[in-house]
Amino acid sequence: MPEMQVDTSKTVEISNKKPGKPQSNFSRVLKYFLLRIVALIITVIIGVYIAILIANMGGAVDDIRKAQIREQIGMQMMGDPAFMEIPAERRRELMREMEEIEFRRLGLDTPFPIRSFIYLREALTLNLGRAERMTSDSGSRQVRLVILERLAPTMLLMVTSFLILFFGALFFALFLSRRYGSFLDKAVIALAPTSAAPAWFYGIFLILIFAAVLRVLPFGRMVTAPPPPDTFSYALSVLRHLILPVAAILSSAIFIVTYNWRTYFLIYSSDDYVEMAKAKGLTSGLIERRYVLRPTLPAIVTSFALSLITQWMGNITLELIFNWPGIGRLVFQAIGLYDSPVIIGTVVVYAYLLAITVFALDIIYAIIDPRVKVGAEEARR
Amino acid sequence: MRELLSRFKDIREYPSAIIGIVIILFLIGLALYALISIPYSEAVRLWRGAEAMWIENPRNARPIWMDWFTPASLPRTIIRDTKDDPGAKEIIPLTDELSEIIVTLSFDYQYDDFPREISLFLTAEYEDNRPFVTFLWRTPDGREYELRDQSISREDAYRISQDERLRRQLGGILPHTGLFMDPNAEQPTPLKGEYELVIEGLVFEEGADLDVRMIAYGRIHGIAGTDHRRRDISVALLWGTPVALAFGFLAAVGTTILTMIIAATGSWYRKWVDGLIQRITEVVMILPILPILVMIGTMYSRSIWVLLGAIILLGLFSAVIKIYRAMFIQVRESPFIEAARAYGASGPRIIFRYMIPRIIPMLIPQFVILIPTYVFLEATLAMLGLADPLLPTWGKVLYDAQHQGALYMGHYYWVLLPSFLLIITGLGFSMLGFALDRIFNPRLRRL
Repeated sequence: MPEMQVDTSKTVEISNKKPGKPQSNFSRVLKYFLLRIVALIITVIIGVYIAILIANMGGAVDDIRKAQIREQIGMQMMGDPAFMEIPAERRRELMREMEEIEFRRLGLDTPFPIRSFIYLREALTLNLGRAERMTSDSGSRQVRLVILERLAPTMLLMVTSFLILFFGALFFALFLSRRYGSFLDKAVIALAPTSAAPAWFYGIFLILIFAAVLRVLPFGRMVTAPPPPDTFSYALSVLRHLILPVAAILSSAIFIVTYNWRTYFLIYSSDDYVEMAKAKGLTSGLIERRYVLRPTLPAIVTSFALSLITQWMGNITLELIFNWPGIGRLVFQAIGLYDSPVIIGTVVVYAYLLAITVFALDIIYAIIDPRVKVGAEEARR
Repeated sequence: MRELLSRFKDIREYPSAIIGIVIILFLIGLALYALISIPYSEAVRLWRGAEAMWIENPRNARPIWMDWFTPASLPRTIIRDTKDDPGAKEIIPLTDELSEIIVTLSFDYQYDDFPREISLFLTAEYEDNRPFVTFLWRTPDGREYELRDQSISREDAYRISQDERLRRQLGGILPHTGLFMDPNAEQPTPLKGEYELVIEGLVFEEGADLDVRMIAYGRIHGIAGTDHRRRDISVALLWGTPVALAFGFLAAVGTTILTMIIAATGSWYRKWVDGLIQRITEVVMILPILPILVMIGTMYSRSIWVLLGAIILLGLFSAVIKIYRAMFIQVRESPFIEAARAYGASGPRIIFRYMIPRIIPMLIPQFVILIPTYVFLEATLAMLGLADPLLPTWGKVLYDAQHQGALYMGHYYWVLLPSFLLIITGLGFSMLGFALDRIFNPRLRRL
């Protein structure tokens, strides 16, 4: 995985900052929080704009919008009996005129540079019009509903995996750094290259072993069909279905993440102040928490952000393999149906999800690293 | 340069690197073999070929070597053709015009399982009047079944396995099972011995002729088995190798080199150039690469080379720029750069002649580790149905397997073979890369 050597430069840079005025912890985090959110909003806007530029390279977005307006006007006319009395020739002419007016009203006749900003606004607000062929489970064809409906299963899967991955890898890495050179440590080093394969790839094997051969866990889906009536057994069923996809994510990520973090721990635990703490006779638990974990966490969070971005990308295929009813499988269905509005919509939603992931980690970063101050943050930029 | 080579010599101390190199060499060998034995156009033709091209292959047959691990011997495909064996055909003239053609196709069946299918392909030569044929099945213990009689056209096929009437006649058992079944056995087992298929044809014209080809499809085929469209999977596995290697290598080269140049430029010129590059990197970090590739794949082109170009472009400002930048900032301060500046070297000259060569050794491990990431990216795209329309690739085999429910149906070989190639590619490159990383980055070496 490309995130193998993750930059530790960030911490180094920050520690080189000029000393600022002392601030309270809360206002420090709040200021940092606001600054980061503004920066991320700008980043999302630019990111979505790039996506729109790519999408409209061949005029795809234009075509979608025009077709939708045409459909809308057609429906309107069909529903109005007054129009039905007008001769067909005249009706077609009227329709064209109405389309023209609607195009102009929505600014679709403007040159692309201006038009692209109209699309940008629509995309950012997820006002993505109607899906061409897909419907949401409630029957709506609004792209926004089609996508948002799938958000919960995806979040359930990914957040569960991320939490287990983070804490699992953290304790595992700490454990290994204590037993540096042991058999387990060597095993993790040897297994780190297996992370070259994405989660879905391990998913296939997990399905093969646990679903096809052993028949102990389900092949896929989120609940059994038909879904259990009461909440408790429903939750239990979801939990059972969650095991394999989460295990797939863990098997693809845990070894590399543990390997990286263990290396950081080892680097930091050879620092002088740790030796000093040892000399003072502090317990190893205390040394770990206070002198090793604290300075390492920023580097760990940065490296974790990169792994999460990789995992988000793998999410589409993972959901496909496990038939998980989330956004990933939606993308796959949209590909099969050539439903461009939905595909563009998912690009936007994934951009949002990635930005939120980065933001969440930024906040954790600010909380755990007392050296991050807004002033320093600005000096760095 | 000499230093670089001497570092490579350290590889011998890392067994994982040796294993990695062996795997990579094996893959390169396989790729070369594929390119030489099956030319590009042939590979495309074979993989896109309609069913007619693969008519002699069974559907979903396992690889032949799986037979070695099971106690029962699994049936192979049996083909009998009157064109290859003219002795099987006997022509008896009855009148001037009318003659009888008796074709006896016999074969020895010694397998422990039933064939997957039986089909007959008939070709007839005539002017106006179609020949009339009767099919007769004779088992080793002397039972006889009259399968059917019909008149046939110039190109005709009788798919015995799909004959509903015959199925009812056999008591609702599938014909290719019922015709081979031992009537005395409690469990359905095939009766071993000499089977005969007799085709009695009446031709109504002088010079009219009849040829029959019988295919009893087996359950094992080739070194990699076949898929649901009877295609030999080994073609895709072989040809997938050069495609995967080329794709992974080109994508890794493209992104590494270009990203390195961008990072060097930024850290050399500093100020707004560096700031701009940093900001772009932050934007690209939240760009959902895979959904964007999906967008390009569905809306514009599925060609593997278009997607490769898109991957390189989107990878230009990836997060690794930050790592490179940190390295370049150190390099920038070294005395030899100062010396270059003193003699008046221009910015680009310093970047390309002094800075980039200095950091290349540190990038080699990254580069090697990056290759399988792109190999898997190609497979991921293929799994989403965005594979190259022409080329056979490993990902396409996996896609077909996934869509035909291979795991659910128990066709494990179909998933395992491409997965095996993918995983050894992944392991080979990353084992070498990780070992190189320890060699070239002394800080890690200590640990």
